[in-house]
Amino acid sequence: MKTFFRLIGLTRPFAWWMLLAAFVGFATVGSGIGLLMSSAWLISRGAMLLPVAALQSGIAGVRLFGAARGFLRYAERLISHNTTFRILTRLRLWFYDALEPLAPARIASFRSADLLKRIVDDIQSLENIYSRVVAPPVTAAMVTALVWGIVSSLSTGAAIGVLGCQLIAGVFTPMAAAFLARGTARRIAGMQAEQQLLAVDMVQGVGELRVFGMLDKHLARLQAVEEKKLNLEKKAAFLEGVQETCSGLAMNAAVVWIIWQMLPMVRSGSLTTITLTALVFGVTASFEAFLPLNGSAQHIEADIRAGERLFEVIDAEPEVKTPERPAPFPAEGGIEARNLRFSYPGSGRPALDGVSFTVPQGHRVAVVGPSGAGKSTIAALLVRFWNPSDGILTIGGRDIASFEPETLRRNIAMVSQRTWIFGQSIRENLQLARPGATDLELKAALAAAGLQGLLDRLDDWAGQQGTNLSGGERQRIAIARMILQDSPFMVLDEATANLDAITEQEVLDTIERTSEGKTVLAITHNLHRMERFHRIVVLHEGRVIEQGTHDDLMRADGFYAGMWRLQHETEV
Amino acid sequence: MNIDRNLIRLLKEEKRPFMVSGLAGAFSAGMLIGQAWSLSALLELVFRSSPEWPAILPSISAFALFSTLRLLLNQVGHQASRRGALGIRRVLSARLAGKVAELGPAFTGSEQSGRLVTTMLKGVESVDPYFSQYLPQLLLALVTPVVILAAVFPSDWIAGTILALSAPLIPAFMIVIGKRSRMATEKQWGTMSRMSGYFLDMLQGLTTLKLFAQEKARRDGIRDASENFRRSTMQVLKVAFLSSLALELVGTAGTALSAVSIGLRLASGAMPFRPALFILLLIPDFYLTLRQLGVRFHAGMEGVTASKEMHRILDLTTDGHDAGRSELGEAEAASRPLVIDRLGYTFPGAPHAALDGISCSIMPGKVTALTGPSGAGKSTLMNLMLRFIEPESGSILLGDTPITAYRTDTWYDRIAWVPQHPFLFNASIRENLLLARPRATEADIEEALLQAGLTDLVRSLPEGLDTMIGEQGSRLSGGEAQRLSLARAFLKDAPILLLDEPTSHTDPILEAKLRSAMEKLMRGRTVIMIAHRLESIRKADTILVLEDGRISQSGSHEKLAGAEGFYRRALFSSTEEAA
Repeated sequence: MKTFFRLIGLTRPFAWWMLLAAFVGFATVGSGIGLLMSSAWLISRGAMLLPVAALQSGIAGVRLFGAARGFLRYAERLISHNTTFRILTRLRLWFYDALEPLAPARIASFRSADLLKRIVDDIQSLENIYSRVVAPPVTAAMVTALVWGIVSSLSTGAAIGVLGCQLIAGVFTPMAAAFLARGTARRIAGMQAEQQLLAVDMVQGVGELRVFGMLDKHLARLQAVEEKKLNLEKKAAFLEGVQETCSGLAMNAAVVWIIWQMLPMVRSGSLTTITLTALVFGVTASFEAFLPLNGSAQHIEADIRAGERLFEVIDAEPEVKTPERPAPFPAEGGIEARNLRFSYPGSGRPALDGVSFTVPQGHRVAVVGPSGAGKSTIAALLVRFWNPSDGILTIGGRDIASFEPETLRRNIAMVSQRTWIFGQSIRENLQLARPGATDLELKAALAAAGLQGLLDRLDDWAGQQGTNLSGGERQRIAIARMILQDSPFMVLDEATANLDAITEQEVLDTIERTSEGKTVLAITHNLHRMERFHRIVVLHEGRVIEQGTHDDLMRADGFYAGMWRLQHETEV
Repeated sequence: MNIDRNLIRLLKEEKRPFMVSGLAGAFSAGMLIGQAWSLSALLELVFRSSPEWPAILPSISAFALFSTLRLLLNQVGHQASRRGALGIRRVLSARLAGKVAELGPAFTGSEQSGRLVTTMLKGVESVDPYFSQYLPQLLLALVTPVVILAAVFPSDWIAGTILALSAPLIPAFMIVIGKRSRMATEKQWGTMSRMSGYFLDMLQGLTTLKLFAQEKARRDGIRDASENFRRSTMQVLKVAFLSSLALELVGTAGTALSAVSIGLRLASGAMPFRPALFILLLIPDFYLTLRQLGVRFHAGMEGVTASKEMHRILDLTTDGHDAGRSELGEAEAASRPLVIDRLGYTFPGAPHAALDGISCSIMPGKVTALTGPSGAGKSTLMNLMLRFIEPESGSILLGDTPITAYRTDTWYDRIAWVPQHPFLFNASIRENLLLARPRATEADIEEALLQAGLTDLVRSLPEGLDTMIGEQGSRLSGGEAQRLSLARAFLKDAPILLLDEPTSHTDPILEAKLRSAMEKLMRGRTVIMIAHRLESIRKADTILVLEDGRISQSGSHEKLAGAEGFYRRALFSSTEEAA
C-alpha cells in the first residue's frame, strides 16, 4: 500500500488535470443518463397524447444530451491522454533524477540491457496508473452522487437501495475479485520473466542444446511454464467475467428495487409514471460508469509491482556525495594514490589491496597486469564512480573527495572500453565532450582520431548504441571526445583494445601527440612500445608487485618481463 | 475487414469454445429481447393502471429471469472465448518454439535474438485479444443487431428503418476513418517506441554522461524530447479520436431520431405506448454492439501484426531432416576417418556457394586445422558436420556410411563441440556442466574443472558450483566462459571434437591457460578445429586452407610454409591472426 501511495504521490502535480478529466468523464456518463431519461420522458409524455408543444423540452433534451455525449467523450479522451503523457514525462524525469546520483556504482547490476529495458517498460506501463486506477473510481463516485441526488429527492428508500446496488457493483465486487485474484498478476509476471529467460536460453543456446541432446527437455520446460501462465490467466479471466456478471446483476436489482419502492407512490399519485420510467432508464444508464472498474484491482497489483521494482532501484544510498563546501580544483599537481583498498560489493576478493603510486605532473604512467588485477578499478576510483574503502587518492595534494565530482570529471578525460555511443547524430555524440563546439573543432578532433571518413557525416545517425559505426570507429569516437575535452589529466583504460594493429599504431601516435605536457595514466594489457612511459606499475591480484621503467623491469626479469615475452612470442 | 487468414486457420484448433461462444451470444441476444419485452410490459402496466404489487409480479419476475439468464449466457460466452484464446496460444507457442528448435542455430544466428524472443512470447500473447475479444464481438455484431431489428420491425417499421439505415454507417465509417486513424496510430506507436528507446539510451549511457559531467544538461534533453513527443502525439490523437466521435454521434443521432419520431407518433396517437418503450429499451444495445466492434477491432490489430511475423517463421521450411536409424558406436566413431565427399552448400539467396564441392579425409585420432580468410566456408563446414544445416550436394561420411544414416541423437552423442562464443545458460555452473553429461558424478565434474583450469575460480565463488551465472553468463569473463565450454567437452568425453578456437585473448596469462586446456582436450580424439593462432595451426597434423569455398591447400605446416599461397602470406604478415 505504501508503494501505491508513493506512486499516486508522483502524479500530484497533475491533480487538477486529472480532476478535470474525471469530471468530463462524469459529464459523459451523465449525458448518457440524460439522453435515456429524456427519451423515456418524451415517449411517456407522448403516450399521454399531449400536444407536440408539450414535448418540446424532451426533444431538446434528447438532442442536447445526444450531441453532448459524443463531444464530451472526445474531450475526455483528449484530456486524459494529455494528462497521461504529462505524467509519463514526469515519471521519466523523476526516475532519471533519482538514478543519476546512483550511477554507475549502484546500478552496476543493472548494466545488462534487459534489466534496464524492463525498468523503462515499467515506467511506460505506469503512465496508465491515472487512466486505469485513479480516474475510474472518481468518475464512478461522481455518478453515484448524481444518481443519489436524483433518486433521493423522490424517495429515500429507493435511493438507499440503488446506492446499495451501486456499491456492490463499484466497491464490493471489485474488492472481492481483487481479494480472490490477489497475487495472480504478480505470479503471471513471474512466469513471464521465467519464460523470457528460458526463451533467451533457447534462442541463443539452441546449438548447444541440440548437440547435448537437451532440446526436447528444454522445450518441455518452456511449455510447462506457458501452461502454468495460461492457467493463471484463466483464473484471472474467470474472475473478471464473474465481476462483470455481478455488476450486471446489481444493475438489474436496482431496477427491480426502484419499481418495488416507487410503485406505492405511483398508486398514491405522489409520483407520475413518467418519472418512474425515466428513473428506470436513468439508473440503468448510470451503471456504465462501473464498467471500467472491471479488472482495475489486477491493474493496481501490476502497477504496484512495477513501482516496487523502480523504488528498489532508486532507494539505494548514492556511493558518491558532493561535499558541502567543495574545494577549488588545483591548477597544478600530479596524481597520488596512497594505500588504496577496495572490494566490489558481494565479492570476497579485494579488487585493490593496498595500492600506492604517483603520477607526477606531465608524466605518463602505465598500469599493467593480467585481467582481474584491479587496473580498471583504479580508473573508476579516480573519476569517483566509487569511493575507496581505505586509502586516499589525491590530485595536487588534495583528496579528490573534496572536489565537486562534476569538476573533477571535467578535468579528467577518460577513454574507456565501455564508451557509450548514443543513438543520436555523430555531432551530438561528440559535443557531449565539449558542448557548443564548432564544426571546425569537431572535424579537427575527428581527423586527429583517425576518423577522416566521418568528416562529412556529422549529422548522420550513429545508430542504436552506435551500430552504424564499426567497433574501431566507436573506439575512435571515444578518442575524439577525449581530444575535444582537452583536460589536464588523461586516463586511458584499454583505449586501443578494439583496434587492429595498424590503426592501433596510428591512434597511439595521436594520443601521444595530444597528451603532450598532460598527466597521463594509461591502463593496458597490451605491452607495446612500453618505452614511451616514464614509469610502469605492475598490478597482480590487487597489489603492486613491480614498478619502474620498461628497461628496469626487463632487467629485473620478473613478472613483467615474463608477460612481455609471452605476448611477444605468440606473435609472428 | 480484419480477417487474418492465418489466425482464422488457427480456429480449427479450438473449434468448440468458439462455437459455444457464438451460440451463447445468439441466445443472449434472444434474452435481451425478452428482457426488453418484459420490462416494457411491466412499465406499461404501471402506466396504465397503477397496479398492486402482486399484479406486476409475473412481469417483474420475467424481467429478472431474462436479464439474469442474459448475464449468465454472456459469462458463458466470454469464458468460452477466453478458453479458446488460451488454447490457441498454447498451440501457437508450442509450435513456434518447436519450429525455432527445428530450424536450429543456422536460423537463430541469422535473426536478431531479441526480436525472436519477443515474437515467441509477446507475439503469442498479443493474439489473445483477437480471439478473446475481436472475433466474439464480430459474431455478436453479426447476430445481435439482426435479432434486434427482427424484434423492432414488427412493432414499428419506421424506427426499424432508422436503425437499419444507420447501422451500415458504423462499419462504413469504421473502414473510412479507421484506415486514416490506423495509419496515424501506427505512426504514433512508432514515435512512442522511439521515445522510450531514447530514454533507455540515456539510462544505459548514464556512466558516459557522468564522465563528461553532462548528466544535468541531458536531463533537459529528456524533458524536451518527452514534451515534444507528447505534443506531436496529441496532434495525431486529435484526428484519431474523431473516428470514435463519429461512431458515437451516429449512435446517439440514431437514438435521438428514433426517440423523437416515436414520441411524436405517440403524441398523435399513431402508436401505442408499449412497443415504443420496447424499442427504446433495445436501441442502446443495438448501437453499443456495433460500436464495441470498433474498440475490439483495435484490440485485435496488434495480434494481426504479430501474426504476420509468427507465420513468417512458421512457414519457413526446414532442411530435409530425415535422420537415419543407425546407431553409432563409440569405437566406430573413434576409429573411422571422416570423409568429405564433393560437399556443396549455398546459403539461400547468396550469389556464390559457401562450399563449392570440397573433398578430403579427416584421419581418426588426428588434429585437422581449418584456416583461411573469413567467409571462406570454415563455419559452414563446421555447421554441416554438426548437422545444423544439410548439404546441398555431396555428403559427409564416417568411413563409408553417410552421417545422415545415423540417428541425430546418436551422432551428437559421439561429438563434443566447443564453439567460439559458447553459450552459458541462465543456471548454476553445475547445471551448465551437467548439460554435457546429465549423470556425471561429483568426481567427474571436479576432474573436468581441473582439466579446464577452473578449479580455483569455482572455489573462489561464494556458492561454488551452485553459483548462478546470471543473464547470459554475465558473471563470468569471456575467457572463463570458454574454459567452462572446454570443461563441458571434457565431461562429454566424445571421440570426435569440433572446436572453433577462440580468437586471441587480451590477457597473456589467461591465454596460456586456455591453450594448455585445449591441448589436453585434443589428445587422442579426432579433432576438426577452426584455428586462429599460428601456434595451434603449426601443431596440427593436417592443415586445410579454405578459400572461396574450396580447399586451396592442404598438408603439414612444413609443406605449406614452403609453398606459395595464402598460408605463407598469412605466416609472414605482421598480425598474429592467420585467419
